[in-house]
Amino acid sequence: MAEQDKTSRRGFLAAAAAGSVLAASGAHAQGAGARAADKAITELPDWSKYLGDGVADRPYGKPSKFEAHVVRRDVEWLTASRQSSVNFTPLHELDGIITPSGLCFERHHGGIAEIDPRQYRLMINGLVDKELVFTIEDLKRFPRINRVHFLECAANSGMEWRGSQLNGCQFTHGMVHNVMYTGVPLKHLLNEAGVRTNARWVMAEGADSSGMNRSIPLAKALDDCIVAFRMNGEMLRPEQGYPVRLVVPGWEGNMWVKWLRRLEVTDMAHLAREETSKYTDLMADGRSRRFTFVMDCKSVVTNPSPQAPLLAKGQNVLSGLAWSGRGTIRRVDVTLDGGRNWREARIDGPVLNQSLTRFYVDFDWQGQEMMIQSRAHDSTGYVQPTKDELRKVRGVNNIYHNNGIQTWLVRSNGETENVEIA
Amino acid sequence: MAAVALGLLPLAAAAQQQAARPATTAAATAAPKPFGLGRPALAEEVKAWDIDVLPDGRGLPVGKGNAKDGEALYITNCAACHGEFGEGVARWPVLSGGLGSLKNDRPEKTIGSFWPATSTLFDYIRRAMPYGNAQSLTPDEIYAISAYILHMNDVIKDPEKELNQSNFAQIELPNAKGFYDDDREVTEKHFWNRKVCMKDCAKEPAKVTGRAMVLDVTPDSASRPRVE
Ligand code: HEC
Repeated sequence: MAEQDKTSRRGFLAAAAAGSVLAASGAHAQGAGARAADKAITELPDWSKYLGDGVADRPYGKPSKFEAHVVRRDVEWLTASRQSSVNFTPLHELDGIITPSGLCFERHHGGIAEIDPRQYRLMINGLVDKELVFTIEDLKRFPRINRVHFLECAANSGMEWRGSQLNGCQFTHGMVHNVMYTGVPLKHLLNEAGVRTNARWVMAEGADSSGMNRSIPLAKALDDCIVAFRMNGEMLRPEQGYPVRLVVPGWEGNMWVKWLRRLEVTDMAHLAREETSKYTDLMADGRSRRFTFVMDCKSVVTNPSPQAPLLAKGQNVLSGLAWSGRGTIRRVDVTLDGGRNWREARIDGPVLNQSLTRFYVDFDWQGQEMMIQSRAHDSTGYVQPTKDELRKVRGVNNIYHNNGIQTWLVRSNGETENVEIA
Repeated sequence: MAAVALGLLPLAAAAQQQAARPATTAAATAAPKPFGLGRPALAEEVKAWDIDVLPDGRGLPVGKGNAKDGEALYITNCAACHGEFGEGVARWPVLSGGLGSLKNDRPEKTIGSFWPATSTLFDYIRRAMPYGNAQSLTPDEIYAISAYILHMNDVIKDPEKELNQSNFAQIELPNAKGFYDDDREVTEKHFWNRKVCMKDCAKEPAKVTGRAMVLDVTPDSASRPRVE
């Protein structure tokens, strides 16, 4: 797959070098003169003549076979084992704000647990009046809510702390997805068990072979966390925690425990491996921030980007995503000249709380080199910093929480590269 | 600890969340009286799943072990991936060493150099290791293997020192004091409410200072550097 990706990019470059891609795209402006008639119009294709598949042929629909390149991809060298690894959402192939369920990036620590929903149980224990067990059918009898939220891994863009590494927003920013969840407010379940007055935290634990566990402050658990069983209307995908996962809006993805089997109410944080050894932020002075749960305001231009070069001169659409764990996106600025001049992007589609937000800049390109950046502002007044501004506070060994401004260099042939600039 | 954590969600942000949310009915959001759903968990069921360990040692099962006994268990169950001395085979995680390296250009974060609490070690091994055969070790085996790992990290000097449910969580790790609660809203206050420049923001044109293609580690590349 990865090989194919490179080949297609090379193919594009070869074509661009020969002048064919850019020239052809400008042809319509030169009038209908010498051009031969388009066979896509003059010759009747099979699909216009013969019967296609009937309604029984595709009981669960899939994307067109011509979209087979639109897939999650992994970076093999990142981790020792593919069962404790990550793949990335192809952001450059998507639009709007909802991520198709099958393209939501995956991060798991012991492979995908395939849970029979009839065997599924959720337990609440610890500092509660009544320790309880729920089946999936029990959960479906609680009042439920629908929320669109982004889930971003705290390590998204983490490979870029020391400088540009990966060529493609799929790899630099693809550990984020955004779907509509249906589920039960966690506070209903806690209320059912009766939380004791000395309770401060809720530990969520998964049923997979990593037994993923994270401590969530009780205030957050009672505020907006959701015990979700559906994404985009259908039941969760196995790789997203089927049949039940926790939704922790605006907070780092690792806390959204999948295959949720247990909630333990406690008076202290567990200091689990995933909140000490991992998901703590090592600073330049050798000390580490912990409990850095909120995902800072961030944005990225998804098109053009290294996997999605510019193909034509003239009118073009720049597109991107912005999000904030603290609220809504208020504004996105875009520069084409490396930060010398900025314009406000056009936001289109729903602007939801702790959700991806889509922005566009419609622009004219005459083959000039461009250094494209986007800068998001959220509803708390936070303005997305540059990578250097972040490094000044957080050092370069942080791994997590890199929400710095991304730069794409677009060359005169449309080829686009991940760079850093001054 | 909890008070600070609660402070993570500023009131202004919380209010904003409400404002930006779609309208909901009171039935879905108000703290209601219990719905009478679910059933009581049996003591036996809680015992079967309640495998976590808290930093003060609550949750540690009755049992004991020392590093001397742990060595053989570790070699059999763990060394294939983590190395005989915890050095990590190939790209499997390193479990020892790195002491004093946290300010280095390339810090090595291990149980000895980085982890704040021994409870984490017991909790994690008990739930997740050995990788691919989780929850297969007995409490005595986990005490012994943990003792061996702590011995490799020079945290325990005496290989015959017995670790058990009463003393395990009392063992101090070197970096126990190396952590502080999220302070972004204070130390990064300057990222909020700043005036941004929109026009003629610098005299010189922008210059490229770093390129991904120099490293070229995108998945279709042959180079395979190591990243956490
Ligand atoms: C098949 C290889 C394998 C074996 C065998 C194995 N581990 Fe692991 N171990 C891993 C992997 C992979 C991880 C990281 C998992 C993750 O990050 O999701 C890990 C992580 C760990 C960690 C956490 C390291 C850190 O810095 O966060 C500890 C501690 C650990 N293992 C202990 C053990 C012990 C003790 C045994 C033997 C009982 C063992 N492991 C056996 C592969 C293995």
